[in-house]
Amino acid sequence: MSHFLDRLTHFTLPKEAFADGHGKTTGEDRTWEDAYRSRWAHDKIVRSTHGVNCTGSCSWKIYVKGGIVTWETQQTDYPRTRADLPNHEPRGCARGASYSWYLYSANRLKYPLVRGRLLERWRKALAIAKSPVDAWASIVEDPAARRDYQQLRGMGGFVRSSWDEVNQLIAAANVYTIKTHGPDRVVGFSPIPAMSMVSYAAGSRYLSLIGGVCMSFYDWYCDLPPASPQVWGEQTDVPESADWYNSNYIIAWGSNVPQTRTPDAHFFTEVRYKGAKTVAVTPDYSEVAKLADLWLHPKQGTDAAIAMAMGHVAMKEFYFNRRSAYFDDYARRYTDLPLLLRLKETTLADGKTVLAPDRYLRASDFADTLGQPNNPEWKTVAFDTAGQVALPNGSIGFRWGPEGRADAGKWNLEAKDARDSADAKLKLSVLEVGPQPHEVVEVAFPYFAGADTPHFPSNKRDGDLNRAKVPAVRLKLADGDALVATVFDLQAAQYGIDRGLGSGAKDYNDDYPYTPAWQEKITGVPRDQVITVARQFADNADKTQGRSMIIIGAAMNHWYHADMNYRGVINLLMLCGCVGQTGGGWAHYVGQEKLRPQTGWTALAFALDWIRPPRQMNSTSFFYAHSDQWRYEKLGVQEVLSPLADRSKFGGSLIDYNVRAERMGWLPSAPQLKTNPLQVVKDAAAAGMDPKDYTVRALKDGKLELSCEDPDAPQNWPRNLFVWRSNLLGSSGKGHEYFCRHLLGTENGIQGKDLGQDEARPTEVRWHDKAPEGKLDLVVTLDFRMSTTCLYSDIVLPTASWYEKNDLNTSDMHPFIHPLSAAVDPVWQSRSDWEIYKGFARVFSEVCKGHLGVEKEVVLTPLMHDTPAELAQPFDVKEWKKGECDLVPGKTAPAIAVVERDYPAVYERFTSLGPLMNKLGNGGKGIGWNTETEVRQLGDLNGVDGAGRPRIVSDIDACEVILQLAPETNGHVAVKAWEALSKATGREHAHLALHREDEKIRYRDVQAQPRKIISSPTWSGLESEKVSYNAGYTNVHELIPWRTITGRQQFYQDHPWMIGFGEGFSSYRPPVDLKTTAGIQNIKPNGNPEIVLNFITPHQKWGIHSTYSDNLIMLTLNRGGPVIWLSEEDARKAGIEDNDWVELFNINGAIAARAVVSQRVNPGMTLMYHAQEKIINTPGSEITGVRGGIHNSVTRIVTKPTHMIGGYAQLSYGFNYYGTIGTNRDEFVVVRKMKTVDWLDTPRDDHLAKAYQAQGENP
Amino acid sequence: MNTLYNFLFVVYPYVCLAVFLMGSLARFDRDQYTWKSDSSQLLRAKQLRWGSNLFHFGILFLFFGHLFGQLTPHAFYEHFVTAQQKQLLAVVAGGVAGGLCFIGLTMLLHRRLFDPRIRFTSHRTDLAVLIILWVQLTIGLATLPTSLHHVKDPQTMLTLANYLQGIATFRPDASQLVGIEWHFLVHMLLGMTIFLLFPFSRLVHVWSGLATVVYLFRPYQLVRSRRLNVPAGQNVPRSAS
Repeated sequence: MSHFLDRLTHFTLPKEAFADGHGKTTGEDRTWEDAYRSRWAHDKIVRSTHGVNCTGSCSWKIYVKGGIVTWETQQTDYPRTRADLPNHEPRGCARGASYSWYLYSANRLKYPLVRGRLLERWRKALAIAKSPVDAWASIVEDPAARRDYQQLRGMGGFVRSSWDEVNQLIAAANVYTIKTHGPDRVVGFSPIPAMSMVSYAAGSRYLSLIGGVCMSFYDWYCDLPPASPQVWGEQTDVPESADWYNSNYIIAWGSNVPQTRTPDAHFFTEVRYKGAKTVAVTPDYSEVAKLADLWLHPKQGTDAAIAMAMGHVAMKEFYFNRRSAYFDDYARRYTDLPLLLRLKETTLADGKTVLAPDRYLRASDFADTLGQPNNPEWKTVAFDTAGQVALPNGSIGFRWGPEGRADAGKWNLEAKDARDSADAKLKLSVLEVGPQPHEVVEVAFPYFAGADTPHFPSNKRDGDLNRAKVPAVRLKLADGDALVATVFDLQAAQYGIDRGLGSGAKDYNDDYPYTPAWQEKITGVPRDQVITVARQFADNADKTQGRSMIIIGAAMNHWYHADMNYRGVINLLMLCGCVGQTGGGWAHYVGQEKLRPQTGWTALAFALDWIRPPRQMNSTSFFYAHSDQWRYEKLGVQEVLSPLADRSKFGGSLIDYNVRAERMGWLPSAPQLKTNPLQVVKDAAAAGMDPKDYTVRALKDGKLELSCEDPDAPQNWPRNLFVWRSNLLGSSGKGHEYFCRHLLGTENGIQGKDLGQDEARPTEVRWHDKAPEGKLDLVVTLDFRMSTTCLYSDIVLPTASWYEKNDLNTSDMHPFIHPLSAAVDPVWQSRSDWEIYKGFARVFSEVCKGHLGVEKEVVLTPLMHDTPAELAQPFDVKEWKKGECDLVPGKTAPAIAVVERDYPAVYERFTSLGPLMNKLGNGGKGIGWNTETEVRQLGDLNGVDGAGRPRIVSDIDACEVILQLAPETNGHVAVKAWEALSKATGREHAHLALHREDEKIRYRDVQAQPRKIISSPTWSGLESEKVSYNAGYTNVHELIPWRTITGRQQFYQDHPWMIGFGEGFSSYRPPVDLKTTAGIQNIKPNGNPEIVLNFITPHQKWGIHSTYSDNLIMLTLNRGGPVIWLSEEDARKAGIEDNDWVELFNINGAIAARAVVSQRVNPGMTLMYHAQEKIINTPGSEITGVRGGIHNSVTRIVTKPTHMIGGYAQLSYGFNYYGTIGTNRDEFVVVRKMKTVDWLDTPRDDHLAKAYQAQGENP
Repeated sequence: MNTLYNFLFVVYPYVCLAVFLMGSLARFDRDQYTWKSDSSQLLRAKQLRWGSNLFHFGILFLFFGHLFGQLTPHAFYEHFVTAQQKQLLAVVAGGVAGGLCFIGLTMLLHRRLFDPRIRFTSHRTDLAVLIILWVQLTIGLATLPTSLHHVKDPQTMLTLANYLQGIATFRPDASQLVGIEWHFLVHMLLGMTIFLLFPFSRLVHVWSGLATVVYLFRPYQLVRSRRLNVPAGQNVPRSAS
């Protein structure tokens, strides 16, 4: 009743003494405890998850009290696993549990915000203009007006607006841009659809309907390992984390499992109780190093050398010292080792000639094309054990061709000769049983490890070639006699194995490429450790049929020569028969987060129900060109060529290769043509021609120009940028300062100069003496928090958080699909992404009237993977532009399509499922199926609009579209999909889904409990009660070919550019010298010593994966602002003590951060965790005079020509599948202690300065 | 004049005391989560260690000095010390403690006014309390020379004590204050005002400070048993639904 009176009970209070009066028991009031009880009481619990890029995809309970989200805890109701497998729980980490902080935090976005100066002009213009589109025109057509607000990007100055106002402004800008420049000048960036599929689809559906461009993320983030498409023709497919438990030997190679895969790490721990051995390979003493049995710590960036040495040991001991029966069988059936390569006489710079491996021998090389009328150029050849030429099933030539062809149904991995369907056992080596006439020849392989690099140890040999003896067979071919050898014989020779042919390493202690002794000089790892690990790894695989696994993080993938790191590791796995086997294989976990119901989603996301094809772009090339990073390129093509390459064929600079790739249709383009594609169709009509023919002719005669040839011309600038679900400018924007200068046109810290008069300039690209600044007219960002990207935008829109919307989420780490659910309504004025884009669509449909009606335009598409276009140029690289071949769209150039867009109907189309699903069906990865049943059922479920089309009004409607159309969540579709695949393979696969045929997973189902998806041919693993999901499982066990040229896993890459750049076989290549610290060290001294360190950017501990580091709870646990890590030794050299403010800089820009001096880090490198927000406690830089940047302020994109290859089986473009990647770990920075820390917190408007200074801020 | 004196020195003290007691009770009962000292130590430790300790030592000494010095009837101590000796003791001891308190309080006030982080997070009563205490202390110190003169004839001291004892025993008599130096009067009025403000400010923590004396007497371990709670059922936690 009264707290005070209740205390006046001294005499009536029951008391009992104990412990001789030292203790007392009383009946004192305890109702104060209710305060804590009510703190943890709640009205309801809602299931949701975090749409974050950690691949966790954990199910969470969201607690709501009084309409407020109070906190979250882990859900523990996942479907059980099998009897012999631990369950999935607990999933969810402490970082995820901190998320609810964001909902009501100070940096939550509450209202639509617009940059003040822009809004002022907009309101004025709108008052006098005839239409909103004219109002927008009046602003952006006035260069001074444009620059006025562009220059303030990144500086704040937002004012509150309303949804109606921003919708009108954005729609007007889009309409103006489409009308004036072309729809492909409207671009949107959003990553990782699996985080929140509907949110992604909202934006991409809007963009695809208006003809805008969706940008890739996986390659741009450098999480895409191009080695995966190269070896397997697969973007990335990996085992689920539960499969770790099925392994007996795990190497965690550059993957910090406990820190970055926290909810899955328990499987890694549990399998150790079962007796598995674990090995960590990381340069720093990381958390996984503590967890594993053995820690190897190579010098950063030299992992490929270890991998090669392990391959050497595995091959030597299990193929030659004794032959493992399991490995032998696996290699013959599932790898390209038995296939034949042609050897080619190559002239060296000194005039001498050597033999070098060239391309795969093809059926077309034989006079009779081995009786193959269909695609003989794309069918690879081997010897059978009788020494006769064999044409094994499964190469890509069998995959494509007209209906009813003779070789239909032979695209499979049955050990048969395709010509007579007789069993055929292929020969690995021409020397093995049933030897055949052969000669031993000397073959040269490129050797890169001897190259002098300023920061990495080399292992010099005589020259840049590695010569070895190889048994070869002379064959009579259509073009004369030729020497051929098996990939196996060549690979063994390249690994340096002594087969008694006169070359190879004497023993492991022989410093001969690629022995354990050889790698020691480069990596610093003791040879004994390498031998032990390789031997145990292979021995385990031999005894368990492949249960040896390598878990790999993106760490190794962020190097320029990432492919070597990865292929080195994959070679080891293939040699040991681990790929596609339970508990084995390649487990590359990065932010790709498997989009499990992918084929259901693509229809919705890219509006394939209305218009095909959509526009998609590879972001790395896009940003390389449009943030003008190519203008500063310091890496010459000659520096990365093979010593065996014909240098006359490989001139020019890196951007030239990208331009050539775009012209040949290898890579996509955005924008595509210098002329507005709407105009192209009008011009064609005026010329009385078919738009496609007109485009071909105009391209040839130069009337039409591809945008990539002149990215700095105003006609080719991207104009409108949408960013959602992403922190593009605060995190993933490699070359941040270049973005600031050229794309955004604002303050930046670039220190270097662009290519001056003296340096060679690109030959394929027009050079403008003055580079453009501020290409983008409008930057719109949707987010729930004020991120660095928001600060650089013109319009910031408050979106619903992960507890305020309905969506779907999947991961590669487990086979479940689960929801994001609206636990509470979006707070303040925020809206879900679906509602925001729907709003744009609605206003666009009104604003466009009078400017855009039903329009036709020309869309260019590259030669896509998993389509017949991937069989483009089988041998040489021929360019139409140089007159080497004719311009054939879809063959030697991009495919050209004419599409119709009904602009006033954008809203109507956005909110209903279009007719193409019925007309053209659905599909993916090269197979298609009829989907009329699903469309009908969807109409029954969602209701239909006036035209009888299923409605997609709410975000839940959108979820149902995905779930209904995808084989993974609709058993009927799964069966159809497997049957469609059977047509190509000639084998029955439907049994993999038949047992779940009647199952349909709906949105409310996954809200009730996460659901395990249904096996589908979209993926190479199975969801079953017998095995855990493992990549390549159906290739090995269902004999479905890998989607490569050979249909097998490839040790060898035979495209001319692959050979030209020295990557036919995998090897070790030292990091490239980006020359970014030269000429900047000691030029602006501050009195402190300057040291040069390698700049490494791993994922953080104190942030929600790589993105959310501004959470107060996390900031409090760490140092509350930007930090870098360096070793004690380096710190001593530079006079740096822990927690000192330091500056990291090079010609790209500068970073200001505090130093963490730690024994964790090895000397020579510095670590900076990803995405520490520039807006949190970042002072000014002494070097640049502007605010110290983000981790990408010191990086710049450097592209690699081998990633641009297209139209060549697995080396063909696919959105987020293949393409240039944004590598950044070869970067070096100068590190020094800062002298003065200037917070630059005086407002730009000087009249306010005094007032702020009076309150104690720095002048 | 009489009316004013009557109001200020007869009515006002009871108003202040009533508000002080009732207000403290009300706040303790109704608003337990506001019952705290509101330390700003987490925001900035600078100046706090010395300032706070000096201040607290001084103010507690002064408080108890005033309490016992003024409210102890003359008859109780006249056999041990003379009024002159008491006056001298008061001036010297009060002067030393007052000086220490002044240094501490000035540091705290400076910190609160000029450290932006502290300033921006201060409630207006935080400022009011410090300023009033500082003024009160300054006036108190300003009476020291006068009091020193009074050592020979401590009549003023006796009169004031007599008056205050009258207040405490509900026999208020303002008439005896006529002729007392003005700064003693102001000091008293301000002192009463501090009691008036007490329940509305962080000063309530003084109660808790006094209550900590209980700790000296409690056993090492105290078990609050649900078994023993009275009246039965009153202390049962709200059942978790």
